[in-house]
Amino acid sequence: MIYLQLFISYLKIGFFGFGGGYAMLSLIHNEIVEQHGWLTPAEFADIVAISQITPGPIAINSATYIGYSVAGFWGSVVATVAVCLPALTIMMLVTKFFLKLRNNVYVHGAVEGMKPMVIGMIAAAALLLMFPADKSEASFVDGWSWAFFGACLAGSYFKVNPILMILLSAAAGILVYYVF
Amino acid sequence: MLFQLFYSFLKIGLFTFGGGYAMIPLIEREVITNKKWIAESEFLELLTVAQSAPGPISLNTSVFVGYKMRGYAGALAAISGVVLPSFVIILLVAIFFSDIRHNPVVDAAFRAMRPAVVALIVAPVVGLARGMRPWLVAVSAATALAVWWLGISPVYLLIAGAAAGLLWSAYTVRKEGGR
Repeated sequence: MIYLQLFISYLKIGFFGFGGGYAMLSLIHNEIVEQHGWLTPAEFADIVAISQITPGPIAINSATYIGYSVAGFWGSVVATVAVCLPALTIMMLVTKFFLKLRNNVYVHGAVEGMKPMVIGMIAAAALLLMFPADKSEASFVDGWSWAFFGACLAGSYFKVNPILMILLSAAAGILVYYVF
Repeated sequence: MLFQLFYSFLKIGLFTFGGGYAMIPLIEREVITNKKWIAESEFLELLTVAQSAPGPISLNTSVFVGYKMRGYAGALAAISGVVLPSFVIILLVAIFFSDIRHNPVVDAAFRAMRPAVVALIVAPVVGLARGMRPWLVAVSAATALAVWWLGISPVYLLIAGAAAGLLWSAYTVRKEGGR
């Protein structure tokens, strides 16, 4: 039952989506690429690139995209609703008990305890895209790849707008790989 | 009121590219300056909670504001608003992308975009790890290896981290209580 599988996978992604978009990438990768094989690593890299230049969080974007490619329109609806449900219910509870939770030492401890994992998950997302298990799916194909990588890393350091960097890379890619 | 919540968050959802922190000023202007739904101080506290809770910040913020204004219905209206733009846009992309994916121009563009995306992901790691104690950086590195090399689901590692944090706070509470 494909809808149920999509629903459960994205419920999990929504529920354990701590630490923001980039940290969720390794969670999404594990669930979608490794466990279910719904996307190849290269397709996964593509959807990450697409979600950088379209509005909305990567969790929603990947849910809609993967839901559609796995099970059509209703697949995308099921996955998108599933990924929103945990945020909806947890945040309503949090809002209700806002004042009590805010200074709770145990809640604070659990959140702090997850922080090093979240940073590791972001690093893992980068590693998964750079060096996937299947070499033919790698995001880095030649010296130009490293040049684009280095340029964007420098750009982030100088706080260049990320959308601009992605679009410039796309233009440079067309020049390097298509025109010449 | 419900429609206003929906509409305000629709605007926020439509203009938040790249997600996360980029949208905070936008929410601030719409929810605090324009609509005066919540106070500035409350917003800052909300941000800390929205970052700690699972799920994208934009979703969490919309639920918080919606629920405060109009309860369950408000939360639903706000979250639908914030999700709808990305849903529609990505659905269109998904429908048409497979047709153009193997176009040589599109392929050339994506070949360059992939390493660029990796750079954007790597960039915050350095900043985040800088202020951390060395042994916590080692935990981060071990997590990265476990997820990347061994293919372990991050879910287990997050649970382990939360459990360790809970135990640590229980230990601290007990120590301070015994004094």
